[in-house]
Amino acid sequence: MGNVLTLCETNGAVLRSNALSAITFARKAAELHGGEVILLLIGKGVSAASADACKYASKVVVVENDGLEHCLAETYAPIVAKTAKDEGASIVCAAAGAVGKDILPRVAALLDSGMASDIADIDGKNTFKRSILAGNAFSRIEISSDIICVTARQSEFAPAEALAAAGTSTTADAGELNTLGAEFVKLEGGGGGDRPDLNDASVVVSGGRGMGNGDNFAVLEKLAGSLNAAMGASRAATDAGYVPADWQVGQTGKIVAPDLYIAVAISGAIQHLAGMKNSKTIVAINKDAEAPIFQIADYGLVAKWEDTIESLTAEITKLKASQA
Amino acid sequence: MKILVPVKRVPDPELKANIKDGKLDLSGAQWVVNTFDEYAVEAALRLTENADEGSRDGEVVVVTIGPDDAAVQLRSCLAMGADRAIHVASEDAELDSLLVAKTLKAVYDEEKPDMVLLGKQAVDGDTNQVGQMLAALLNLPQATFAASIELADENKACVVSREVDAGVEFKKLPLPGIVTVDLRIVSPKAITNGITPESHEYADGPRYASLKGIMKAKKKPMDNKSMADLGVSGSPVVKELEVTLPEARAAGQIVESVEELVKKLSEEAKAL
Repeated sequence: MGNVLTLCETNGAVLRSNALSAITFARKAAELHGGEVILLLIGKGVSAASADACKYASKVVVVENDGLEHCLAETYAPIVAKTAKDEGASIVCAAAGAVGKDILPRVAALLDSGMASDIADIDGKNTFKRSILAGNAFSRIEISSDIICVTARQSEFAPAEALAAAGTSTTADAGELNTLGAEFVKLEGGGGGDRPDLNDASVVVSGGRGMGNGDNFAVLEKLAGSLNAAMGASRAATDAGYVPADWQVGQTGKIVAPDLYIAVAISGAIQHLAGMKNSKTIVAINKDAEAPIFQIADYGLVAKWEDTIESLTAEITKLKASQA
Repeated sequence: MKILVPVKRVPDPELKANIKDGKLDLSGAQWVVNTFDEYAVEAALRLTENADEGSRDGEVVVVTIGPDDAAVQLRSCLAMGADRAIHVASEDAELDSLLVAKTLKAVYDEEKPDMVLLGKQAVDGDTNQVGQMLAALLNLPQATFAASIELADENKACVVSREVDAGVEFKKLPLPGIVTVDLRIVSPKAITNGITPESHEYADGPRYASLKGIMKAKKKPMDNKSMADLGVSGSPVVKELEVTLPEARAAGQIVESVEELVKKLSEEAKAL
Protein backbone atom coordinates (compact mmCIF):
# COMPACT_ATOMS: atom_id res chain seq x y z
CA MET A 1 0.00 0.00 0.00
CA GLY A 2 0.90 3.63 -0.16
CA ASN A 3 1.65 3.76 -3.86
CA VAL A 4 0.02 6.27 -6.16
CA LEU A 5 -1.14 4.82 -9.48
CA THR A 6 -1.46 7.46 -12.17
CA LEU A 7 -3.40 6.80 -15.35
CA CYS A 8 -1.62 8.80 -18.05
CA GLU A 9 -2.95 9.85 -21.41
CA THR A 10 -0.47 9.74 -24.25
CA ASN A 11 -0.03 11.48 -27.55
CA GLY A 12 2.06 9.30 -29.83
CA ALA A 13 5.48 8.85 -28.26
CA VAL A 14 4.94 11.30 -25.39
CA LEU A 15 2.71 11.83 -22.39
CA ARG A 16 -0.02 14.44 -22.79
CA SER A 17 0.55 17.64 -20.85
CA ASN A 18 -2.37 16.86 -18.55
CA ALA A 19 -0.57 13.65 -17.51
CA LEU A 20 2.40 15.74 -16.37
CA SER A 21 0.08 17.75 -14.12
CA ALA A 22 -1.41 14.53 -12.73
CA ILE A 23 2.14 13.32 -11.99
CA THR A 24 2.83 16.48 -9.99
CA PHE A 25 -0.22 15.70 -7.87
CA ALA A 26 0.86 12.05 -7.63
CA ARG A 27 4.33 12.98 -6.32
CA LYS A 28 2.78 15.10 -3.58
CA ALA A 29 0.34 12.33 -2.68
CA ALA A 30 3.08 9.67 -2.71
CA GLU A 31 5.12 11.70 -0.25
CA LEU A 32 2.15 11.92 2.11
CA HIS A 33 1.44 8.20 1.73
CA GLY A 34 5.02 7.04 1.94
CA GLY A 35 4.81 5.23 -1.38
CA GLU A 36 5.96 5.42 -4.96
CA VAL A 37 4.46 7.01 -8.04
CA ILE A 38 3.58 4.35 -10.60
CA LEU A 39 2.42 5.39 -14.06
CA LEU A 40 -0.11 3.37 -16.01
CA LEU A 41 -0.36 3.52 -19.80
CA ILE A 42 -3.27 1.75 -21.46
CA GLY A 43 -4.05 1.44 -25.16
CA LYS A 44 -3.10 0.13 -28.56
CA GLY A 45 0.44 1.18 -29.48
CA VAL A 46 0.86 2.92 -26.16
CA SER A 47 4.24 1.37 -25.45
CA ALA A 48 5.60 3.98 -27.88
CA ALA A 49 5.27 6.45 -24.99
CA SER A 50 6.79 4.23 -22.31
CA ALA A 51 10.30 5.70 -22.71
CA ASP A 52 8.90 9.20 -22.22
CA ALA A 53 6.86 8.04 -19.22
CA CYS A 54 9.98 6.50 -17.64
CA LYS A 55 11.47 9.99 -17.39
CA TYR A 56 8.86 10.87 -14.78
CA ALA A 57 8.55 7.86 -12.48
CA SER A 58 10.61 4.93 -11.28
CA LYS A 59 8.00 2.49 -12.48
CA VAL A 60 5.74 2.46 -15.52
CA VAL A 61 3.16 -0.24 -16.19
CA VAL A 62 2.17 -0.64 -19.83
CA VAL A 63 -1.00 -2.45 -20.82
CA GLU A 64 -0.91 -2.79 -24.58
CA ASN A 65 -3.60 -4.57 -26.55
CA ASP A 66 -5.22 -4.13 -29.96
CA GLY A 67 -8.62 -4.29 -28.29
CA LEU A 68 -7.78 -1.12 -26.39
CA GLU A 69 -7.50 1.14 -29.44
CA HIS A 70 -10.39 3.30 -28.26
CA CYS A 71 -10.64 4.55 -24.75
CA LEU A 72 -13.79 2.83 -23.49
CA ALA A 73 -14.55 3.13 -19.80
CA GLU A 74 -15.98 -0.41 -19.97
CA THR A 75 -12.58 -1.95 -20.82
CA TYR A 76 -10.21 0.59 -19.26
CA ALA A 77 -11.76 0.84 -15.79
CA PRO A 78 -11.32 -2.84 -14.85
CA ILE A 79 -7.65 -2.67 -15.94
CA VAL A 80 -7.05 0.40 -13.78
CA ALA A 81 -8.80 -1.24 -10.81
CA LYS A 82 -6.86 -4.47 -11.16
CA THR A 83 -3.53 -2.67 -11.54
CA ALA A 84 -4.32 -0.60 -8.44
CA LYS A 85 -4.64 -3.79 -6.42
CA ASP A 86 -1.63 -5.50 -8.02
CA GLU A 87 0.58 -2.48 -7.40
CA GLY A 88 -0.50 -1.78 -3.83
CA ALA A 89 -1.97 1.61 -4.57
CA SER A 90 -3.69 3.67 -1.91
CA ILE A 91 -4.40 6.45 -4.40
CA VAL A 92 -5.48 6.06 -8.01
CA CYS A 93 -5.42 9.28 -9.99
CA ALA A 94 -5.67 10.88 -13.40
CA ALA A 95 -5.98 14.36 -14.80
CA ALA A 96 -9.49 15.76 -14.68
CA GLY A 97 -9.86 15.76 -18.47
CA ALA A 98 -12.57 14.01 -20.46
CA VAL A 99 -10.81 10.63 -20.05
CA GLY A 100 -10.15 10.84 -16.31
CA LYS A 101 -13.62 12.14 -15.59
CA ASP A 102 -15.17 9.32 -17.59
CA ILE A 103 -13.10 6.46 -16.19
CA LEU A 104 -12.04 7.20 -12.61
CA PRO A 105 -15.52 7.21 -11.00
CA ARG A 106 -16.09 3.83 -12.62
CA VAL A 107 -12.80 2.62 -11.16
CA ALA A 108 -13.83 3.98 -7.75
CA ALA A 109 -17.03 1.93 -7.74
CA LEU A 110 -15.14 -1.21 -8.84
CA LEU A 111 -12.77 -0.69 -5.88
CA ASP A 112 -15.59 0.32 -3.49
CA SER A 113 -13.63 3.54 -2.98
CA GLY A 114 -14.43 7.12 -2.25
CA MET A 115 -13.50 9.66 -4.86
CA ALA A 116 -12.30 13.27 -4.89
CA SER A 117 -13.05 14.87 -8.27
CA ASP A 118 -11.26 17.71 -9.99
CA ILE A 119 -9.18 18.62 -6.96
CA ALA A 120 -7.08 21.74 -6.49
CA ASP A 121 -4.85 20.36 -3.72
CA ILE A 122 -4.05 17.51 -1.35
CA ASP A 123 -3.24 19.06 2.03
CA GLY A 124 -3.12 15.94 4.19
CA LYS A 125 -2.88 12.21 3.63
CA ASN A 126 -6.58 11.85 2.91
CA THR A 127 -7.79 15.43 2.71
CA PHE A 128 -8.41 17.32 -0.49
CA LYS A 129 -9.38 20.80 -1.49
CA ARG A 130 -11.72 21.29 -4.42
CA SER A 131 -13.97 23.94 -5.83
CA ILE A 132 -17.74 23.57 -5.58
CA LEU A 133 -20.75 25.63 -6.70
CA ALA A 134 -19.14 26.54 -10.02
CA GLY A 135 -16.07 27.91 -8.28
CA ASN A 136 -18.00 30.07 -5.83
CA ALA A 137 -16.71 28.13 -2.81
CA PHE A 138 -14.00 25.69 -1.82
CA SER A 139 -14.69 22.46 -0.01
CA ARG A 140 -12.18 20.47 2.02
CA ILE A 141 -13.07 16.82 2.14
CA GLU A 142 -11.70 13.78 3.91
CA ILE A 143 -11.98 10.30 2.45
CA SER A 144 -11.78 7.21 4.63
CA SER A 145 -11.79 4.32 2.13
CA ASP A 146 -8.68 2.10 1.84
CA ILE A 147 -8.10 3.25 -1.72
CA ILE A 148 -9.00 6.76 -2.87
CA CYS A 149 -9.66 7.76 -6.46
CA VAL A 150 -8.72 11.28 -7.49
CA THR A 151 -8.88 13.45 -10.58
CA ALA A 152 -6.58 16.47 -10.45
CA ARG A 153 -7.41 19.78 -12.11
CA GLN A 154 -4.69 20.44 -14.66
CA SER A 155 -4.62 24.21 -14.09
CA GLU A 156 -3.78 23.68 -10.38
CA PHE A 157 -0.72 21.47 -10.85
CA ALA A 158 2.31 22.58 -12.81
CA PRO A 159 3.72 20.03 -15.28
CA ALA A 160 6.13 17.58 -13.61
CA GLU A 161 9.85 17.84 -14.31
CA ALA A 162 11.74 14.76 -15.44
CA LEU A 163 13.54 12.75 -12.74
CA ALA A 164 17.34 12.68 -12.58
CA ALA A 165 17.32 8.95 -13.30
CA ALA A 166 14.82 7.34 -15.64
CA GLY A 167 12.63 4.54 -14.32
CA THR A 168 11.80 1.21 -15.88
CA SER A 169 8.70 -0.02 -17.60
CA THR A 170 7.00 -3.37 -17.27
CA THR A 171 4.14 -4.78 -19.26
CA ALA A 172 0.98 -6.19 -17.77
CA ASP A 173 -1.63 -8.35 -19.41
CA ALA A 174 -4.91 -6.69 -20.35
CA GLY A 175 -6.81 -9.77 -19.22
CA GLU A 176 -10.11 -10.61 -20.86
CA LEU A 177 -11.57 -7.49 -22.45
CA ASN A 178 -15.32 -7.00 -22.22
CA THR A 179 -16.75 -3.92 -23.89
CA LEU A 180 -20.24 -4.76 -22.56
CA GLY A 181 -21.35 -4.14 -26.14
CA ALA A 182 -20.21 -0.52 -26.19
CA GLU A 183 -18.44 0.59 -29.35
CA PHE A 184 -16.56 3.62 -30.55
CA VAL A 185 -18.23 4.94 -33.70
CA LYS A 186 -16.20 7.99 -34.74
CA LEU A 187 -14.47 11.12 -33.55
CA GLU A 188 -15.36 14.44 -35.10
CA GLY A 189 -12.29 16.53 -34.63
CA GLY A 190 -12.16 19.87 -32.96
CA GLY A 191 -11.17 23.03 -34.74
CA GLY A 192 -8.00 23.87 -32.86
CA GLY A 193 -5.76 23.62 -35.91
CA ASP A 194 -2.06 24.04 -35.05
CA ARG A 195 -2.69 26.49 -32.22
CA PRO A 196 -1.63 25.55 -28.69
CA ASP A 197 -3.86 23.22 -26.68
CA LEU A 198 -6.48 25.19 -24.77
CA ASN A 199 -5.78 23.18 -21.62
CA ASP A 200 -2.21 24.32 -21.23
CA ALA A 201 -1.74 27.44 -23.36
CA SER A 202 -0.15 30.35 -21.52
CA VAL A 203 -2.40 32.81 -23.37
CA VAL A 204 -6.07 32.26 -24.26
CA VAL A 205 -8.24 34.48 -26.45
CA SER A 206 -11.96 33.80 -26.00
CA GLY A 207 -14.98 35.14 -27.81
CA GLY A 208 -18.62 35.27 -26.77
CA ARG A 209 -22.03 35.58 -28.31
CA GLY A 210 -21.33 39.25 -28.93
CA MET A 211 -19.07 38.21 -31.81
CA GLY A 212 -22.27 37.76 -33.77
CA ASN A 213 -21.27 34.81 -35.96
CA GLY A 214 -18.53 32.26 -36.57
CA ASP A 215 -16.88 34.20 -39.38
CA ASN A 216 -16.20 37.10 -37.04
CA PHE A 217 -13.97 34.83 -34.95
CA ALA A 218 -11.36 35.15 -37.71
CA VAL A 219 -10.33 38.49 -36.25
CA LEU A 220 -9.86 36.86 -32.84
CA GLU A 221 -7.82 34.09 -34.41
CA LYS A 222 -5.48 36.71 -35.81
CA LEU A 223 -5.16 38.22 -32.35
CA ALA A 224 -4.48 34.72 -30.99
CA GLY A 225 -1.87 34.25 -33.69
CA SER A 226 -0.01 37.36 -32.57
CA LEU A 227 0.15 35.97 -29.01
CA ASN A 228 0.62 32.27 -29.82
CA ALA A 229 -2.61 31.86 -27.90
CA ALA A 230 -5.20 29.10 -27.80
CA MET A 231 -8.76 29.92 -28.81
CA GLY A 232 -11.63 29.65 -26.35
CA ALA A 233 -15.26 30.64 -26.28
CA SER A 234 -18.20 31.09 -23.98
CA ARG A 235 -21.00 28.58 -23.88
CA ALA A 236 -23.28 31.08 -25.61
CA ALA A 237 -20.88 31.19 -28.56
CA THR A 238 -20.45 27.43 -28.82
CA ASP A 239 -24.19 26.82 -28.36
CA ALA A 240 -24.93 29.29 -31.13
CA GLY A 241 -22.68 27.18 -33.36
CA TYR A 242 -20.15 29.96 -33.97
CA VAL A 243 -17.23 27.73 -33.00
CA PRO A 244 -16.66 24.05 -32.05
CA ALA A 245 -17.94 22.84 -28.67
CA ASP A 246 -14.44 21.85 -27.54
CA TRP A 247 -13.48 25.54 -27.44
CA GLN A 248 -15.86 26.08 -24.55
CA VAL A 249 -14.36 27.47 -21.36
CA GLY A 250 -16.49 27.15 -18.25
CA GLN A 251 -17.94 24.98 -15.53
CA THR A 252 -19.11 22.52 -18.14
CA GLY A 253 -16.30 23.05 -20.61
CA LYS A 254 -12.58 23.37 -20.02
CA ILE A 255 -11.13 24.89 -16.86
CA VAL A 256 -8.13 27.04 -17.75
CA ALA A 257 -5.75 29.26 -15.82
CA PRO A 258 -3.37 30.83 -18.34
CA ASP A 259 -1.02 33.73 -17.64
CA LEU A 260 -3.19 35.94 -19.82
CA TYR A 261 -6.87 35.49 -20.63
CA ILE A 262 -8.49 37.89 -23.08
CA ALA A 263 -12.30 37.77 -23.05
CA VAL A 264 -13.89 39.51 -26.01
CA ALA A 265 -17.63 40.16 -26.23
CA ILE A 266 -18.22 37.79 -23.31
CA SER A 267 -20.68 39.01 -20.70
CA GLY A 268 -19.25 36.80 -17.94
CA ALA A 269 -21.93 34.39 -16.74
CA ILE A 270 -21.00 32.50 -13.52
CA GLN A 271 -20.72 29.39 -15.63
CA HIS A 272 -17.98 30.96 -17.79
CA LEU A 273 -16.14 32.61 -14.89
CA ALA A 274 -15.84 29.19 -13.24
CA GLY A 275 -13.64 28.12 -16.12
CA MET A 276 -11.20 31.02 -16.22
CA LYS A 277 -11.22 33.13 -13.09
CA ASN A 278 -7.95 31.69 -11.81
CA SER A 279 -6.12 33.11 -14.81
CA LYS A 280 -3.20 35.31 -13.78
CA THR A 281 -4.17 38.39 -15.78
CA ILE A 282 -7.66 38.84 -17.19
CA VAL A 283 -8.53 41.33 -19.91
CA ALA A 284 -12.16 42.03 -20.79
CA ILE A 285 -13.27 43.86 -23.92
CA ASN A 286 -17.00 44.41 -24.05
CA LYS A 287 -19.22 47.20 -25.28
CA ASP A 288 -21.49 46.88 -22.23
CA ALA A 289 -19.91 48.65 -19.26
CA GLU A 290 -22.26 46.76 -16.93
CA ALA A 291 -21.14 43.29 -18.09
CA PRO A 292 -20.19 41.11 -15.07
CA ILE A 293 -16.90 40.15 -16.74
CA PHE A 294 -15.54 43.58 -15.75
CA GLN A 295 -15.89 42.67 -12.06
CA ILE A 296 -13.16 40.05 -12.31
CA ALA A 297 -11.06 41.61 -15.08
CA ASP A 298 -7.69 43.16 -14.21
CA TYR A 299 -7.99 45.38 -17.26
CA GLY A 300 -11.29 46.31 -18.82
CA LEU A 301 -11.85 48.14 -22.07
CA VAL A 302 -15.41 49.25 -22.74
CA ALA A 303 -15.52 49.08 -26.50
CA LYS A 304 -16.92 47.19 -29.45
CA TRP A 305 -14.73 44.35 -30.68
CA GLU A 306 -15.16 45.73 -34.20
CA ASP A 307 -13.34 48.90 -33.17
CA THR A 308 -10.55 47.37 -31.10
CA ILE A 309 -9.35 43.89 -32.01
CA GLU A 310 -7.55 44.73 -35.24
CA SER A 311 -5.67 47.62 -33.64
CA LEU A 312 -4.94 45.48 -30.57
CA THR A 313 -3.45 42.81 -32.84
CA ALA A 314 -1.37 45.46 -34.60
CA GLU A 315 -0.12 46.96 -31.32
CA ILE A 316 0.81 43.55 -29.93
CA THR A 317 2.56 42.56 -33.16
CA LYS A 318 4.52 45.80 -33.02
CA LEU A 319 5.46 45.23 -29.37
CA LYS A 320 6.51 41.63 -30.02
CA ALA A 321 8.63 42.76 -32.94
CA SER A 322 10.39 45.31 -30.73
CA GLN A 323 11.00 42.61 -28.08
CA ALA A 324 12.46 40.17 -30.58
CA MET B 1 -39.06 2.32 -23.56
CA LYS B 2 -38.73 2.94 -19.86
CA ILE B 3 -36.26 5.54 -18.65
CA LEU B 4 -35.19 6.06 -15.06
CA VAL B 5 -34.02 9.61 -14.32
CA PRO B 6 -32.26 10.18 -10.99
CA VAL B 7 -32.50 13.83 -9.92
CA LYS B 8 -30.92 15.81 -7.13
CA ARG B 9 -32.16 18.98 -5.51
CA VAL B 10 -29.57 21.74 -5.26
CA PRO B 11 -29.56 25.28 -3.88
CA ASP B 12 -30.42 27.71 -6.68
CA PRO B 13 -27.10 28.17 -8.52
CA GLU B 14 -28.01 31.75 -9.38
CA LEU B 15 -27.95 32.76 -5.72
CA LYS B 16 -24.84 33.63 -3.76
CA ALA B 17 -23.29 31.03 -1.45
CA ASN B 18 -23.30 31.87 2.26
CA ILE B 19 -20.93 30.30 4.74
CA LYS B 20 -21.63 29.88 8.45
CA ASP B 21 -19.25 28.11 10.86
CA GLY B 22 -17.26 26.60 8.01
CA LYS B 23 -20.33 25.05 6.38
CA LEU B 24 -22.61 26.17 3.60
CA ASP B 25 -25.50 28.04 5.17
CA LEU B 26 -28.53 26.54 3.46
CA SER B 27 -31.12 27.88 5.91
CA GLY B 28 -32.54 30.32 3.38
CA ALA B 29 -31.75 28.30 0.27
CA GLN B 30 -34.13 28.18 -2.67
CA TRP B 31 -34.05 24.57 -3.83
CA VAL B 32 -34.30 23.64 -7.48
CA VAL B 33 -33.78 20.54 -9.61
CA ASN B 34 -30.10 20.27 -10.52
CA THR B 35 -29.77 21.89 -13.94
CA PHE B 36 -28.17 18.87 -15.61
CA ASP B 37 -30.80 16.52 -14.13
CA GLU B 38 -33.58 18.79 -15.36
CA TYR B 39 -31.99 18.48 -18.78
CA ALA B 40 -31.97 14.69 -18.36
CA VAL B 41 -35.72 14.79 -17.65
CA GLU B 42 -36.23 16.85 -20.81
CA ALA B 43 -34.13 14.41 -22.83
CA ALA B 44 -36.05 11.43 -21.38
CA LEU B 45 -39.36 13.05 -22.32
CA ARG B 46 -38.14 13.72 -25.86
CA LEU B 47 -36.97 10.12 -26.17
CA THR B 48 -40.41 8.78 -25.21
CA GLU B 49 -42.82 11.00 -27.12
CA ASN B 50 -44.06 11.87 -30.54
CA ALA B 51 -43.78 15.58 -30.10
CA ASP B 52 -45.90 16.36 -33.17
CA GLU B 53 -48.90 14.46 -31.83
CA GLY B 54 -48.24 15.05 -28.16
CA SER B 55 -48.46 11.29 -27.56
CA ARG B 56 -46.23 9.24 -25.27
CA ASP B 57 -44.48 6.01 -26.16
CA GLY B 58 -42.82 4.94 -22.96
CA GLU B 59 -42.47 5.74 -19.32
CA VAL B 60 -40.24 8.24 -17.52
CA VAL B 61 -39.68 7.50 -13.84
CA VAL B 62 -37.88 10.09 -11.73
CA VAL B 63 -36.13 9.17 -8.49
CA THR B 64 -34.50 11.26 -5.83
CA ILE B 65 -32.67 10.43 -2.62
CA GLY B 66 -33.13 13.21 -0.14
CA PRO B 67 -35.09 14.74 2.71
CA ASP B 68 -38.90 15.12 2.81
CA ASP B 69 -38.77 18.53 1.13
CA ALA B 70 -37.15 17.02 -1.96
CA ALA B 71 -40.63 15.82 -2.94
CA VAL B 72 -41.15 19.36 -4.27
CA GLN B 73 -38.47 18.86 -6.93
CA LEU B 74 -39.93 15.46 -7.86
CA ARG B 75 -43.31 17.17 -8.40
CA SER B 76 -41.57 19.70 -10.67
CA CYS B 77 -40.32 16.82 -12.82
CA LEU B 78 -43.80 15.25 -12.85
CA ALA B 79 -45.22 18.61 -13.90
CA MET B 80 -42.79 18.68 -16.84
CA GLY B 81 -44.29 15.37 -17.93
CA ALA B 82 -42.54 12.51 -16.11
CA ASP B 83 -44.99 9.69 -15.34
CA ARG B 84 -44.19 8.75 -11.77
CA ALA B 85 -41.71 9.36 -9.00
CA ILE B 86 -39.80 7.47 -6.34
CA HIS B 87 -38.62 9.28 -3.21
CA VAL B 88 -35.96 7.54 -1.17
CA ALA B 89 -35.72 9.23 2.23
CA SER B 90 -32.28 10.32 3.40
CA GLU B 91 -30.44 13.34 4.71
CA ASP B 92 -27.69 14.77 2.50
CA ALA B 93 -25.09 14.39 5.26
CA GLU B 94 -25.69 10.62 5.25
CA LEU B 95 -24.76 10.31 1.59
CA ASP B 96 -21.80 10.34 -0.71
CA SER B 97 -21.66 9.51 -4.42
CA LEU B 98 -20.94 5.84 -3.86
CA LEU B 99 -23.90 5.40 -1.49
CA VAL B 100 -26.13 7.26 -3.92
CA ALA B 101 -24.97 4.92 -6.68
CA LYS B 102 -25.62 1.86 -4.49
CA THR B 103 -29.12 3.14 -3.72
CA LEU B 104 -29.81 3.81 -7.38
CA LYS B 105 -28.62 0.31 -8.20
CA ALA B 106 -31.27 -1.07 -5.85
CA VAL B 107 -33.91 1.13 -7.52
CA TYR B 108 -32.68 -0.03 -10.93
CA ASP B 109 -32.98 -3.67 -9.88
CA GLU B 110 -36.63 -3.10 -8.92
CA GLU B 111 -37.55 -0.97 -11.93
CA LYS B 112 -35.53 -2.66 -14.71
CA PRO B 113 -35.53 0.40 -17.00
CA ASP B 114 -34.13 0.38 -20.55
CA MET B 115 -31.96 3.39 -19.82
CA VAL B 116 -30.79 5.45 -16.88
CA LEU B 117 -30.44 9.09 -17.89
CA LEU B 118 -28.99 11.63 -15.48
CA GLY B 119 -27.05 14.86 -15.32
CA LYS B 120 -23.28 14.60 -15.74
CA GLN B 121 -22.84 16.36 -12.40
CA ALA B 122 -24.78 18.23 -9.75
CA VAL B 123 -24.10 21.95 -9.86
CA ASP B 124 -23.58 22.17 -6.09
CA GLY B 125 -20.92 19.51 -5.48
CA ASP B 126 -19.66 19.42 -9.10
CA THR B 127 -18.32 15.90 -8.58
CA ASN B 128 -19.43 14.11 -11.76
CA GLN B 129 -19.33 10.58 -10.29
CA VAL B 130 -22.74 8.99 -9.80
CA GLY B 131 -23.53 7.90 -13.37
CA GLN B 132 -20.18 6.18 -13.88
CA MET B 133 -20.33 4.54 -10.44
CA LEU B 134 -23.83 3.24 -11.12
CA ALA B 135 -22.70 1.84 -14.48
CA ALA B 136 -19.84 0.00 -12.75
CA LEU B 137 -22.09 -1.43 -10.02
CA LEU B 138 -24.59 -2.64 -12.63
CA ASN B 139 -21.86 -3.79 -15.03
CA LEU B 140 -23.58 -1.80 -17.77
CA PRO B 141 -22.07 0.34 -20.55
CA GLN B 142 -21.90 4.10 -20.05
CA ALA B 143 -21.85 7.24 -22.17
CA THR B 144 -20.92 10.34 -20.22
CA PHE B 145 -21.25 14.03 -21.23
CA ALA B 146 -23.91 13.32 -23.87
CA ALA B 147 -24.62 16.16 -26.29
CA SER B 148 -27.04 14.10 -28.38
CA ILE B 149 -28.78 10.72 -28.22
CA GLU B 150 -30.18 8.77 -31.15
CA LEU B 151 -32.11 5.58 -30.56
CA ALA B 152 -31.01 2.75 -32.84
CA ASP B 153 -31.66 -0.92 -33.59
CA GLU B 154 -35.38 -0.71 -32.72
CA ASN B 155 -34.65 0.86 -29.35
CA LYS B 156 -32.19 -1.90 -28.43
CA ALA B 157 -29.27 0.55 -28.64
CA CYS B 158 -28.44 4.22 -28.77
CA VAL B 159 -25.72 6.32 -30.37
CA VAL B 160 -24.51 9.10 -28.12
CA SER B 161 -22.29 12.02 -29.10
CA ARG B 162 -19.98 12.98 -26.25
CA GLU B 163 -17.91 16.07 -25.77
CA VAL B 164 -14.32 14.98 -25.20
CA ASP B 165 -11.07 16.97 -25.11
CA ALA B 166 -10.31 16.54 -28.80
CA GLY B 167 -13.78 17.07 -30.24
CA VAL B 168 -16.99 15.06 -30.30
CA GLU B 169 -16.90 11.29 -29.91
CA PHE B 170 -19.77 9.09 -31.05
CA LYS B 171 -20.29 5.99 -28.93
CA LYS B 172 -22.86 3.26 -29.42
CA LEU B 173 -24.31 1.47 -26.41
CA PRO B 174 -26.61 -1.52 -26.29
CA LEU B 175 -29.52 -0.92 -23.91
CA PRO B 176 -29.92 -1.05 -21.02
CA GLY B 177 -27.17 1.48 -20.46
CA ILE B 178 -26.29 4.58 -18.47
CA VAL B 179 -26.13 8.01 -20.13
CA THR B 180 -25.09 11.22 -18.37
CA VAL B 181 -26.03 14.44 -20.12
CA ASP B 182 -24.25 17.69 -20.82
CA LEU B 183 -25.83 21.07 -21.49
CA ARG B 184 -26.25 20.65 -25.23
CA ILE B 185 -28.63 17.69 -24.78
CA VAL B 186 -31.51 20.21 -24.75
CA SER B 187 -30.61 21.85 -28.07
CA PRO B 188 -33.40 21.59 -30.69
CA LYS B 189 -32.01 18.60 -32.63
CA ALA B 190 -30.22 16.72 -29.83
CA ILE B 191 -32.67 13.84 -29.49
CA THR B 192 -33.68 11.43 -32.25
CA ASN B 193 -36.19 8.81 -31.18
CA GLY B 194 -37.55 7.53 -34.49
CA ILE B 195 -41.15 8.58 -33.76
CA THR B 196 -41.05 12.36 -33.50
CA PRO B 197 -40.83 13.54 -37.15
CA GLU B 198 -37.44 14.94 -38.09
CA SER B 199 -39.12 18.13 -39.18
CA HIS B 200 -40.21 18.81 -35.59
CA GLU B 201 -38.34 21.70 -34.07
CA TYR B 202 -37.96 21.68 -30.29
CA ALA B 203 -37.34 24.88 -28.39
CA ASP B 204 -33.79 25.30 -27.04
CA GLY B 205 -33.80 24.30 -23.39
CA PRO B 206 -35.98 22.26 -21.06
CA ARG B 207 -39.75 22.67 -21.27
CA TYR B 208 -41.66 24.65 -18.70
CA ALA B 209 -44.39 22.93 -16.78
CA SER B 210 -47.80 23.99 -18.07
CA LEU B 211 -50.62 24.79 -15.67
CA LYS B 212 -52.28 21.58 -16.84
CA GLY B 213 -49.03 19.72 -16.18
CA ILE B 214 -48.82 21.12 -12.68
CA MET B 215 -52.42 20.07 -11.93
CA LYS B 216 -51.82 16.58 -13.34
CA ALA B 217 -48.57 16.21 -11.38
CA LYS B 218 -50.46 16.36 -8.10
CA LYS B 219 -52.23 13.11 -8.97
CA LYS B 220 -49.26 11.24 -10.37
CA PRO B 221 -47.94 8.38 -8.23
CA MET B 222 -45.02 8.98 -5.86
CA ASP B 223 -43.56 5.97 -4.04
CA ASN B 224 -41.90 6.65 -0.72
CA LYS B 225 -39.10 4.32 0.28
CA SER B 226 -36.31 4.17 2.81
CA MET B 227 -32.74 3.05 2.14
CA ALA B 228 -33.54 0.05 4.38
CA ASP B 229 -36.51 -0.87 2.15
CA LEU B 230 -34.03 -1.09 -0.69
CA GLY B 231 -31.55 -3.09 1.35
CA VAL B 232 -28.89 -0.37 1.27
CA SER B 233 -26.83 0.41 4.34
CA GLY B 234 -23.47 1.95 5.10
CA SER B 235 -21.97 5.29 5.95
CA PRO B 236 -20.41 7.74 3.56
CA VAL B 237 -16.62 7.50 3.11
CA VAL B 238 -16.40 11.06 1.84
CA LYS B 239 -16.86 13.67 4.54
CA GLU B 240 -16.91 17.43 4.09
CA LEU B 241 -14.65 19.10 6.65
CA GLU B 242 -14.99 22.73 5.76
CA VAL B 243 -16.33 25.13 3.17
CA THR B 244 -14.63 28.44 2.47
CA LEU B 245 -15.13 31.27 0.03
CA PRO B 246 -12.37 31.92 -2.49
CA GLU B 247 -10.32 35.06 -2.09
CA ALA B 248 -11.81 37.91 -4.03
CA ARG B 249 -9.74 39.16 -6.93
CA ALA B 250 -8.20 42.55 -6.44
CA ALA B 251 -10.24 45.25 -8.13
CA GLY B 252 -9.29 45.79 -11.73
CA GLN B 253 -9.08 48.98 -13.74
CA ILE B 254 -10.80 50.34 -16.78
CA VAL B 255 -8.48 51.47 -19.53
CA GLU B 256 -9.47 54.01 -22.15
CA SER B 257 -7.72 52.78 -25.27
CA VAL B 258 -6.01 49.88 -26.98
CA GLU B 259 -2.66 51.67 -26.64
CA GLU B 260 -3.12 52.07 -22.87
CA LEU B 261 -4.18 48.42 -22.58
CA VAL B 262 -1.08 47.14 -24.40
CA LYS B 263 1.20 49.46 -22.40
CA LYS B 264 -0.22 48.28 -19.08
CA LEU B 265 -0.21 44.61 -20.08
CA SER B 266 3.41 44.97 -21.07
CA GLU B 267 4.82 47.22 -18.33
CA GLU B 268 2.52 46.69 -15.35
CA ALA B 269 1.25 43.11 -15.66
CA LYS B 270 4.33 41.84 -17.56
CA ALA B 271 1.87 39.71 -19.48
CA LEU B 272 3.17 40.39 -22.97
